[in-house]
Amino acid sequence: MQVPTMAEFLAKGETPEVLFWVGCAGSFDQRAQKITKAFVTILEKVGIKYGILGKEEMCTGDPARRAGNEFMFQMMAYQNIQILNGYNIKKIVTACPHCFNIFKNEYPVLGGNYEVIHHATFLQQLIDSGKINMKDGGAFKGKKITYHDSCYLGRANDIYEAPRSVLEAMDVALVEMKRCKSNGLCCGAGGAQMFKEEEKGDVRINIERSNEALATGANIIAAACPFCNTMLTDGVKNNEKEDEVQVLDIAELVASCLS
Amino acid sequence: MQYIQQVAFLLLATYAIWLFSKNILQIKKNIFLGKPEDLSDNPNLRWRNVILLALGQKKMFRNPTVAIMHLIIYAGFIIINVEVLEIILDGVLGTHRLFFEPLGNLYNFLINFFEVLAFGVIAVCIVFLYRRNIMKLKRFMSKDLNGWPKSDANYILVTEIILMSLFLTMNAADSAIQLKGNEHYHATGSFIFSGFLVPLFDSISVAQLVLIERSCWWLHIIGIFAFLNYLPYSKHLHIILAFPNAYYARLNPIGEVKNMVNVQNEVKYMMQPELAPTGDAPPTTFGAKDVMDLSWKSLLDAYSCTECGRCSTACPANQTGKLLSPRKIMMDTRDRLEEVGLNIKQNGEFKDDGKKLLNDYITVEELRACTTCNACVQECPVSINPLDIIMELRRSLIMEDSNAPQEWNGMFGNIENNFAPWKLSPDDRDAWTKEN
Repeated sequence: MQVPTMAEFLAKGETPEVLFWVGCAGSFDQRAQKITKAFVTILEKVGIKYGILGKEEMCTGDPARRAGNEFMFQMMAYQNIQILNGYNIKKIVTACPHCFNIFKNEYPVLGGNYEVIHHATFLQQLIDSGKINMKDGGAFKGKKITYHDSCYLGRANDIYEAPRSVLEAMDVALVEMKRCKSNGLCCGAGGAQMFKEEEKGDVRINIERSNEALATGANIIAAACPFCNTMLTDGVKNNEKEDEVQVLDIAELVASCLS
Repeated sequence: MQYIQQVAFLLLATYAIWLFSKNILQIKKNIFLGKPEDLSDNPNLRWRNVILLALGQKKMFRNPTVAIMHLIIYAGFIIINVEVLEIILDGVLGTHRLFFEPLGNLYNFLINFFEVLAFGVIAVCIVFLYRRNIMKLKRFMSKDLNGWPKSDANYILVTEIILMSLFLTMNAADSAIQLKGNEHYHATGSFIFSGFLVPLFDSISVAQLVLIERSCWWLHIIGIFAFLNYLPYSKHLHIILAFPNAYYARLNPIGEVKNMVNVQNEVKYMMQPELAPTGDAPPTTFGAKDVMDLSWKSLLDAYSCTECGRCSTACPANQTGKLLSPRKIMMDTRDRLEEVGLNIKQNGEFKDDGKKLLNDYITVEELRACTTCNACVQECPVSINPLDIIMELRRSLIMEDSNAPQEWNGMFGNIENNFAPWKLSPDDRDAWTKEN
């Protein structure tokens, strides 16, 4: 996969339209890498001039900050802002709601001001402007799909409709879970929970949420966050439903519909 | 005789209002033990929040049936205060139904309207008692409410039923007296609900009816003054504090964690030492260990909490059996703040009592269970943010006590060394581009 970096653009004296912030999960996690590649496929297909930071990208500091380690967060924010401002970045698109939230809401006060857009909104815009055409309404036409709201996209930033309208553009049969949109139940990964064992309780949060998703009878659980994706995939496996039910990112759904 | 009643009323009213003001000022003092935080920007949006969230109870309508029932009690309580105004003026001036003559026909309509509300309040209070004690809704069965909080809720509902019953009985006795004729009692016409009670008073003499009417009048107003002074000790304080709490609610997107300027600067001076101020930096602490370390808004939040438990019902950790309950976070904060306030009142200044909000009230296990999903913040009908408190306590645990689970220490180390939360080489960050 040929993915242009900001350093290469700079060497050519060019500036891309948008920086694709891949994020740690999208870069390192094997499952999330597929989402990254799907999104790159879409970017290539619509011919947008984009770049990534490549090896220069670093963790935004989100898990550190939410665990309570403000020092670590500020260190990461400082370094990232130096790099982003150094490249004179104006617009960032990311497939990770945690990175999105931190760029949008927490970097500005530290001197990092960018137009930030989550890939759900980005895809919606591409669909609305006709840049993405899904063949015959898409390969998922009429399929029963449920969408899991990521906390950092939904409640944190009020983005509920964009991912849903992306799904609707594929003409899917969207079914909602009992708890959805602003009532949505967390997947259990936020607040740095992803990086530690869950506290003791009756049931794991991801299993509770996966059960709710499975109860809709949908064959595809759509997500828009790499961490939700991991948590829900584990929950589906726990139910031994992985042969019948797939957990897919909206970018993967769109990419596989591209004509 | 009339003068004695007037004097007695004035003394009672003055004492009740003095005591209430004293307790409210103490609460205000306690709230301002918190750290300063400027929340005065954008007054237009803030007033809008007061109107929508506090007055309009917008978030209650996430559950419309309960919202309507709550609205009936609330409207009953607020609107019947117009009648309480008449009662107070009658008490001070020694008059009876002072508003009758100036209002004429409108008076009968108004009292009937109040009676509809009073009846509504009684009906809803009974439903609410049923929900709490017989239906045993999960939200009300939590161990958060064991002991006083459970009784508090029932006391409030029973008091409201008693106050409204007194009001209706008073009107019924009044109507019965009017039928029998008494120059002191205006012919107001019959009332819609208390009218049903009038036949019960048929065989009672006018003198006894006057005694009943007067007793109800006195018990009703004494009850109101007593209830007023119960508020500062009760979850029912939300009826007042929901308003300032809506006004001072943070307006930022709820996903935004509060920035720590002191840490921001320390990192900046480390990276750019030329910017660092000369001389020793003043000692500083990070995060919160006790209520005084929290923002004053978090303390106002604690006093505004009515322990309804919508937060905990929405909390993914709480709902899957973890120890964390956002409602308990708020209740603990209020309990500790009351304790600290009393400590200061008794000793002139805070005398170390060997306790802290962190560990003694809120445990590490509770704090560790939070996914920062903001469901509690989203749910709260009175604009409380439990997550702010959780975050401040977490910060203290990590930055003051270096108290982190092993896995988090590993994650911090990985971020520091590999710029990612996993132990993977930064050189491999773009490895995915080399694959297909």
